[in-house]
Amino acid sequence: MAQIVIKDVRKEFGSFTAVQSSTFTVEDGEFFMLLGPSGCGKTTTLRMIAGLELPTSGEIYIGGEEVGQKPASQRDIAFVFQMFALYPHMNVRKNISYPLVSQGMPKAEVRRKVDEVANILGIENIMDRPVSGLSGGDRQRVALGRAIVREPKAFLMDEPLGALDAEFREHMAEELRALHDRMGATTIYVTHDQLEAMQMGDKIVVMNHGVVEQFGKPQDIYDWPATQFVANFIGSPPMNFLDFHGMVGTGSNHVILSEAEIAIPSLLAGANGDLSLGVRPEHLHLSDSAPYRGEIIATEYLGTTQIVTFRTANGDIKARIPSGAQAQVGEITGLTFDARTLSVFDKSTGRALLSDANTEVLGDG
Amino acid sequence: MSFSVTEPSLRQKWIAGVLVVGYALITILPLIWIITTGFKSPADAIAYPPKVFFEPTLEGYVNLFTTRTRVTDETLAALGPPTTWYDAIVRQYDMVIAGPSRYGERFLNSVIIGFGSTFLSVFLGTIAAYAFSRFRVPLKDDLLFFILSTRMMPPIAVAIPIFLMFRQFGLNDTHLGMIMLYTAVNLSLSVWLLKGFIDEIPVEYEEAALIDGYTRFQAFIKVVLPQAATGIASTAIFCLIFAWNEYAFAVLLTSGTAQTAPPFIPTIIGVGGQDWPAVAAGATLFLVPVMVFTILLRKHLLRGITFGAVRK
Repeated sequence: MAQIVIKDVRKEFGSFTAVQSSTFTVEDGEFFMLLGPSGCGKTTTLRMIAGLELPTSGEIYIGGEEVGQKPASQRDIAFVFQMFALYPHMNVRKNISYPLVSQGMPKAEVRRKVDEVANILGIENIMDRPVSGLSGGDRQRVALGRAIVREPKAFLMDEPLGALDAEFREHMAEELRALHDRMGATTIYVTHDQLEAMQMGDKIVVMNHGVVEQFGKPQDIYDWPATQFVANFIGSPPMNFLDFHGMVGTGSNHVILSEAEIAIPSLLAGANGDLSLGVRPEHLHLSDSAPYRGEIIATEYLGTTQIVTFRTANGDIKARIPSGAQAQVGEITGLTFDARTLSVFDKSTGRALLSDANTEVLGDG
Repeated sequence: MSFSVTEPSLRQKWIAGVLVVGYALITILPLIWIITTGFKSPADAIAYPPKVFFEPTLEGYVNLFTTRTRVTDETLAALGPPTTWYDAIVRQYDMVIAGPSRYGERFLNSVIIGFGSTFLSVFLGTIAAYAFSRFRVPLKDDLLFFILSTRMMPPIAVAIPIFLMFRQFGLNDTHLGMIMLYTAVNLSLSVWLLKGFIDEIPVEYEEAALIDGYTRFQAFIKVVLPQAATGIASTAIFCLIFAWNEYAFAVLLTSGTAQTAPPFIPTIIGVGGQDWPAVAAGATLFLVPVMVFTILLRKHLLRGITFGAVRK
């Protein structure tokens, strides 16, 4: 197992830049998520780590060794494809044995290792079946088997659950995470599903348009998004943005929205111009007496909570409140904000302003 | 893909059956005629009205494989009784066998040139198609169109330049020359057909092999080739059928050493009267290799023709 370091890696396809100068580190044994919308460069990044694409510039270290320009076969990593990519002309056993055979391992040892892997994955009963007749889940297990049998330095997975039914995906996600915890293998996992990323990852990199937007623990990213893109991409419903025009100075601890004063964490940097106050739906509360007002225009019942949409002077926002709370469409009511959870974004750059609350997460970059 | 799921009625099945059998009979009749003519005596072969029932004889085959000389009755009597069955057949006509004919050699030439050019077309076609399918080839579309454009006129249209070229390079009447020619003609077909097949093989299979520690070449051999077997087999059949049956270039460019069977078979007729049974025997035997090859690969051929038409 190994630490993986990506340093200033860049990839161009002709005049198109798929990945712009990305830098991040995957610690040994970490379950690391590469998250972003389609076309953001996450799969290209993964393929560069695997050696299926060579970076235009930059360095990639796997276990301390620079492998940026080496072919995939020399990197000792395993890759799980979205479409599984099991060899269709071989049965399950042969598929799993294949990487070992390529290393010239003696037959008896191959057999022993393959049986061990079959046991871990619970697929002993299908070992002699052709892969074409297998269910999606079994194919996924065989693909995982082919990956873990080699005991590689790292596992790279490209949306491995994308081809499964929603119901089964949940189950496989748990199985994958359990497998990772048992083997402690460094894993890089590409997904466009923010829930999957939050649920499974130790750490997340959020990418957009070939740029790393933020990199950190799921909760840090959720609570303290570095950019409006991240704030909007993560969370369901996403973070609300209350747009306003004004000036905030270093040390400000409130903003004025429609003549109402709203307390915020004390800012460590000021800004002037088009700004946006970011608030997660669960940090909004209804309060009849609060000075900031909004009209309820929709409610969505979700069991334990409900999502209430308000029309305010600064745009439509959604609040997640207990489903027992009274909320009638058409009602005008006051809203309060959890002061310690708010972020202020500079709309011209899309970046969050540093405050004493988020500096720990965003302070170093 | 959507299709009707209603079971055809018995009457519809009957009509379809009659149509298929009727069409098969029409197409297969000349073939049956050739095969039966091969077993007729020369007299039966040209009888009018044509004979459907006749006494089979191997005369045609004996004449196909031998050259014979007419001898006087005295010489014949001096030879004593015939020692073999084919001697006996020949002697009915006051003739003796002078030696083997050239059919065997010409047939062998056909095998060498036909299979040689098929192998080369498929081999070169597979690697070219793989490159076109997988790599960033500069001017890829133009190159592919250029390759296809060689099929936009009948090859025989360039017979004279080819003839002059062959003469200049001493390729006239050589196996090498004919193999090169047929390969060149078939290559466009094989590149295009095989590219279609290789495009259908997901690139992830090779990438999986690359990551499993194989080189690209090993991945190609061990993963792509088995997957492309169907396409390769059907392409090989198409290439072989062309090279095997080609007549015009063979007449023009070969006369002896490298002459293939198609230009040779008609010449049999000139030896001692119109020997239709010998010609028919030559044609019948000539069919056998392609037939065997096609039957051996027919499973692939069927899958190959429908390949890509069915969404998996």
